[in-house]
Amino acid sequence: MDITSPTFKQNSRAALADAQLQKALGNVRGGFIDKRRKAVDALPEFDALRDNARDIKNHTLDNLDLYLEAYEAKVIEAGGKVHWAETAEQARGIMLDICRAANARTVTKGKSMITEEIDLNDFLERNGIRPVETDLGEYIIQLRHEHPSHIIAPAVHLNKEQVEADFRRVHTHLPASRDLSEPEALLDEARGVLRKEYFAADVGITGANFLVAETGTSIIVTNEGNGDLTQILPRVHVVLASIEKIVPTLEDAAQILRVLARSATGQDMSVYTTLSTGPRRPGDPDGPEQYHVILLDNGRSAMLGTEFQEMLRCIRCGACMNHCPVYHAVGGHAYGWVYPGPMGAVLTPSLIGVDKSGHLPNASTFCGRCESVCPMRIPLPKMMRHWREREFERGLNPATQRYGLKLWAWFARRPALYQLATSIAMPVLGLLGRGKGRFGYLPLAGGWTKYREMPAPQGRTFMQQVRGRKAVAKGLAEGLS
Amino acid sequence: MTSTPRVGLFVTCLVDLFRPTVGFAAIKLIEDTGCSVDVPMAQTCCGQPAYNSGDRADARAIAENTIRAFEDYDYVVAPSGSCAGMLKKHYPGLFKDDPQWQARAIAFSAKVHELISFLVDVRGATGVSARLADTVTYHDSCSGLRELGIQAQPRQLIASIEGVKFVEMQDPDVCCGFGGTFCVKYPDISNAIVEKKTENIDAAGANTLLAGDLGCLMNMAGKLKRQGSKVEVRHVAEVLAGMTDTPPIAGRG
Repeated sequence: MDITSPTFKQNSRAALADAQLQKALGNVRGGFIDKRRKAVDALPEFDALRDNARDIKNHTLDNLDLYLEAYEAKVIEAGGKVHWAETAEQARGIMLDICRAANARTVTKGKSMITEEIDLNDFLERNGIRPVETDLGEYIIQLRHEHPSHIIAPAVHLNKEQVEADFRRVHTHLPASRDLSEPEALLDEARGVLRKEYFAADVGITGANFLVAETGTSIIVTNEGNGDLTQILPRVHVVLASIEKIVPTLEDAAQILRVLARSATGQDMSVYTTLSTGPRRPGDPDGPEQYHVILLDNGRSAMLGTEFQEMLRCIRCGACMNHCPVYHAVGGHAYGWVYPGPMGAVLTPSLIGVDKSGHLPNASTFCGRCESVCPMRIPLPKMMRHWREREFERGLNPATQRYGLKLWAWFARRPALYQLATSIAMPVLGLLGRGKGRFGYLPLAGGWTKYREMPAPQGRTFMQQVRGRKAVAKGLAEGLS
Repeated sequence: MTSTPRVGLFVTCLVDLFRPTVGFAAIKLIEDTGCSVDVPMAQTCCGQPAYNSGDRADARAIAENTIRAFEDYDYVVAPSGSCAGMLKKHYPGLFKDDPQWQARAIAFSAKVHELISFLVDVRGATGVSARLADTVTYHDSCSGLRELGIQAQPRQLIASIEGVKFVEMQDPDVCCGFGGTFCVKYPDISNAIVEKKTENIDAAGANTLLAGDLGCLMNMAGKLKRQGSKVEVRHVAEVLAGMTDTPPIAGRG
């Protein structure tokens, strides 16, 4: 997909002016937050589980090579194949080879952000293979030729009426007089359309929430059951997952599952938690003939051992963006690539370069709400700040900002000069603003006064007044002695 | 430690420049809990503008100044959760590669407190002797809330003001959109965030908005006044110290 992160400012202005989008974003602000709160309040050990989840992933990342090899051995033992892909291009090539070997014309897909990351749908289409998204939200945005605006609620930027219009536009084989006013009707219609696709598909592609080293199992969680039909019915099941999805044991996966759905949707568990280990065995009632896993790196191993390693703990629950005031204001598409919100602000620069995505870690108030809800306790603001440091070191931020900052810092490092300068400037400013107590416009403060008044200073600075009082006290003391 | 603890007041750059009343209110409140207060002259700013812009070298240099000026006091108190958070939670990390300075930074950080939590958690204050016949609401500024756990303390002290009526707004713990340099780097987004905040403030039905951070207060006051709101805005310390004879932030009406 095209990267529009460099125009984040323009993207966000357009998003703020989009009335439909603003209406839809109201749902993020409301629903997710309250549901998570309720689920968390009902589980006294939630914070202890978060600690545990963090520790499991830290241990795994510190020994990632060992667990990846152990995982591969178990997949092979179960009759599956593991393919290693260092880049998105390699992953696409492997996927195409598998599809071609299966003579695939149609592939069904469970919800997967990694397939977004490698732009799989466009690539398959260019190669004559028809991808069909089976997650309802993904299906809707595929009809609209859009990309997800949220990692677990891909169509959250849309309203019901827009979806109805799309279904009427595309599902022309159905009677025009049908009633689609209720969300359930939309759901039923999508289910009816997709049902046929499951049986037509030659290959089913899913992502993975976890890859379990001890058993070679891949795990997905879904709410619609589409993942199961995607991976069980076609002859070939391909799991496309990034390397950090590994956990050592099933018990570890179970631990992290306890914080995943609660953080994401406020559910105790997702409706379906599906474990897949290898292809169909003799005697199995169903399952694919072939089971492939494509393990994608795409820049992740380069994060190991750096200040961004902790980002690899992310389990893609979406809690950070659900609680982010910036995401609430502009939605996911403004971020300009696959991953929006706070997790995207940290991950995107790692994957596509901070030169292209420099706005993302800067467009944060550092309010810390993301970190406070992250089930994996990822210090997201801290890592955004590290990206700002990298940008500053490389001179990527605007020159006016840099020089302004340098000038201010020069003064801030010299208290006597700083206080002399401010003791002249502030009383003048205070005098000018004394009438109303504020300014509607101030030179050099346009970014502020465009939208709000600038409060006027009271007059003499605090330090100026204290200096005066100290001088008087000293004079008094000397006079007395 | 002597019987009268010595507190160094880190007044913060915004209070110093824009609202000295908050500094004098802080002095009164701290003294009322049996401490002596001094204002070291070698202070300017906590360094957050540099730190949050990725300029570690300047942030560190400013931090060294601050530590030198304050390390001999028993406590270091700031009337801001954001600046106190910087001093307490972020200074040690600036000296990762310098064990000697890091040790000084850690010792310094241990003494740092935000004003209201200092009064309640350290000095055991349960109330103040102030009067205010007014309906007030309180915004939880992000750093104080999430880095320092300041939430119940200001509400407890506000409740002790004679004649005051306290009302909660919707989402008091959601960011006001200030974010330091964020508000001028991304003015459109900042505006969208503060608009939601002022909507909640207006809906709360209070005459006065209080908070513990002047940056957030200037942002919310500036927006309220631009929108023509009658709500008056003050730092919580002013009200707790009974220093409400000065005009509110950004004026009246």
